Amino acid sequence: MCLGVPGRVIEIEGATALVDFWGVRRKVALDIVDEDVSLGDHVLVHVGFAIRRIAPEDLAETLAFFEAMTSEDLEGLER
Amino acid sequence: MTGPEKLEFRDVARGRALQERLRELITRAGRSVTLMHVCGSHEQAFARYGLRARFPQGLRVQMGPGCPVCVTDAPEIDAAVALAERGYRILTYGDMLRVPGTQTSLLDARAAGARVDVIYAATQAAEIARDSREPVVFFATGFETTAVATAAVLLNRPPQNLYVLSAHKWVPAAMEVVAESPDSQIEGYLAAGHAATITGYGLFEPFVERYRRPVVVAGFEPLDILAALVLLVEQVLAGKADVVNAFPRAVTKDGNQRALTALFRVFETDAGEWRGIARVPRGNLRLQKAFAGHDASLRFSGELSAPKVPRADALECCCGGIMTGRLTPRDCRLFGSKCRPDTPVGACMVSSEGACRIWHEHGEHEVRA
Repeated sequence: MCLGVPGRVIEIEGATALVDFWGVRRKVALDIVDEDVSLGDHVLVHVGFAIRRIAPEDLAETLAFFEAMTSEDLEGLER
Repeated sequence: MTGPEKLEFRDVARGRALQERLRELITRAGRSVTLMHVCGSHEQAFARYGLRARFPQGLRVQMGPGCPVCVTDAPEIDAAVALAERGYRILTYGDMLRVPGTQTSLLDARAAGARVDVIYAATQAAEIARDSREPVVFFATGFETTAVATAAVLLNRPPQNLYVLSAHKWVPAAMEVVAESPDSQIEGYLAAGHAATITGYGLFEPFVERYRRPVVVAGFEPLDILAALVLLVEQVLAGKADVVNAFPRAVTKDGNQRALTALFRVFETDAGEWRGIARVPRGNLRLQKAFAGHDASLRFSGELSAPKVPRADALECCCGGIMTGRLTPRDCRLFGSKCRPDTPVGACMVSSEGACRIWHEHGEHEVRA
């Protein structure tokens, strides 16, 4: 129930989007999503409602964060 | 997320490096550290990816009150069962069907002929009511992430015959109850990333200040969790207590203001029982007066059941101890014997977000020092 699933927006009609979840397509309400959503965006969906637009730059930020942490590790191991 | 991005969050070399970092931190400190997470999806990730198997001796991560199905109190189930037995049509999320009430579950009621239907999106409740002439009761459960969906439905011209029986819960209130329990050994908290998408990580700042325990917001991929654990252990060992956001791709400081506004236009917090845990001040979300016309607890107040005598085996259930981090599922005598997914005694064995169900499914163990 409390499962948040990310999917990609493939159609928008008013306040409803058609979202693709790895091949499964569902209508998703955009009433309470945090910012404007465009075709091709990823959204995080909970019980039929998008609750967050996931911006591509945010994905990159998390990956950079892992990179920084794991390179720190390697330095730590060499000590 | 597309394939390659997904795999980056499960990258084995990075995962090993983070595990090694945890080992180094705990070994260097020469003492044990106990942490808590408050989310069923986190527990699934721990069990599915075997994260605990590579923990250094002395690191424990307990699941707290992070399963909305599990903390739904028996009398809340009883109310839904009572309405179902009286012939009202009940809609709810799938996990709720098997959850035992004081005596029976919604599944028992359905087997006896009651009309109980499973929905997967809150919008379906309004659609089904619109196609019907009779009252339709949406037994709405879950934490803030699902409560915002119920709120949005009630704000979007819901049909007159749609009634909401709210068992929604507000998680931050339960973290305070755990932190205040005198025998709590929890030194840091992993906060649920998706709930924080709504509330924002700023919400945890008063908590951190008051209880002097660090909180790190974590995502749900193995690397998200391991990175967050490193940040938590570092803080614990350094004697620090800050809020850190380790899930920046989904969580901001202020959260989703549009969703929060909708949530508190429709709901208000109220004290309520969390099953097996305690009466949690501000732990329940009840409908505001403006939505009294859609409030099933008012509309059907005379038809909700009176308290019954609990099932004998329910008294042996350890769900409460497990959800407050004092016990693990394997400490319970009923686990895997009398209490199994097909014959659950406690709610923790029912839901795919419950600690017992997850441990039963994945054979999860804990390596103890």
